Amino acid sequence: MSKNGKVFVIPCSGIGKALGTVGRTATYEVVEKLRPNEATTICLPLLTIGDEAILKLTRNNPCISVDGCPLQCARKNIEASEGKLAASFMVTDVLRENRSLKPEAVTELGPKGLKLASILAEKIAAQIDEINKNDR
Amino acid sequence: MAIVTDKVGIVSCSGEDLPEGTISRIATRIVMEKLRPDDTVTICLPLFLAGSEDERAFAKVFPTIAVDGCDKKCAEVGTNKYSGKPVATVVVSEIMKKYPHLKVKSRDKLSAEEKELALKVAEEIATKVDEVLGRKK
Repeated sequence: MSKNGKVFVIPCSGIGKALGTVGRTATYEVVEKLRPNEATTICLPLLTIGDEAILKLTRNNPCISVDGCPLQCARKNIEASEGKLAASFMVTDVLRENRSLKPEAVTELGPKGLKLASILAEKIAAQIDEINKNDR
Repeated sequence: MAIVTDKVGIVSCSGEDLPEGTISRIATRIVMEKLRPDDTVTICLPLFLAGSEDERAFAKVFPTIAVDGCDKKCAEVGTNKYSGKPVATVVVSEIMKKYPHLKVKSRDKLSAEEKELALKVAEEIATKVDEVLGRKK
C-alpha cells in the first residue's frame, strides 16, 4: 500500500536507551492501532543514508519526529534531509509529566514503560488529527 | 585519535519499518548485554548525521560490525559514508534463509520464534566479534 498522503511518524533508533524503545513502541501503536489509515512510519536510517525514494516521501508529506534523548536524531535527520517537519516529540518530556512511569530496559519496557508509550501514542495521534485538520 | 583494539563497535540498523530491523536491534542488545558485554560498544546509526565529529569517529576508533535487517544495508552504507568501513556485516534477511521455520511478522513484541531468530543472529554477531578480536570462545 502506498505511503504517500499519510503523516510520517519517525522515531529515533534509540539502540542504547530505553526511552528510544518507548518512542518506537508509541510509533507502532499509532500506525498500527490508533491511526492506521492516516499515519505510517519509515526506517530512519534510510534518511541518514539519503535514500532517494524516502527523501521524496518525507519532503512531500508531513513528518512527526519522536526522539528518545536530547540528541534528537530523528528531528535532526528529517531537518538535514529537508523533510517536511510538522511536529516533534521528546519521550523525556512525557516522562517528566509522568515520573512514576520509568521504563525497565531497552529490550523489555515493562508495564510502566508500556503505559508511558501509550500516553505518548495518544499525544502523537492527537497531533496527527491537528495536522490533518489545519495543514492539508 | 587512539584506536581501540580490545572492543568491537556494533552499529545496528534501526529498521523501524520492518520486522527484520527489530530483530537487528534485539540481537545487538543480546550481544551487548549477555553474549559479549565486556567486548562491545554501540552507537545509534542516525547519530552519524545528527551528531558531531566525535560520533563520526566511531568506526575509526573501534573495529565495527554492521548489523542490517535488509539488503538496503543502511548500517553498512551509513557507517562507511560517515565514519569508516565496517570490518564485517551481518544481514538478518540472509541469516533467516538458514532458518526457514522461524517466521518473522512483528515489528514490536517478538514471538517465541522471533526471539529464537534474534538469538541466532546474536550468536553470529558474537562469532564475528571473536574473529575481529582474534579470540576463540
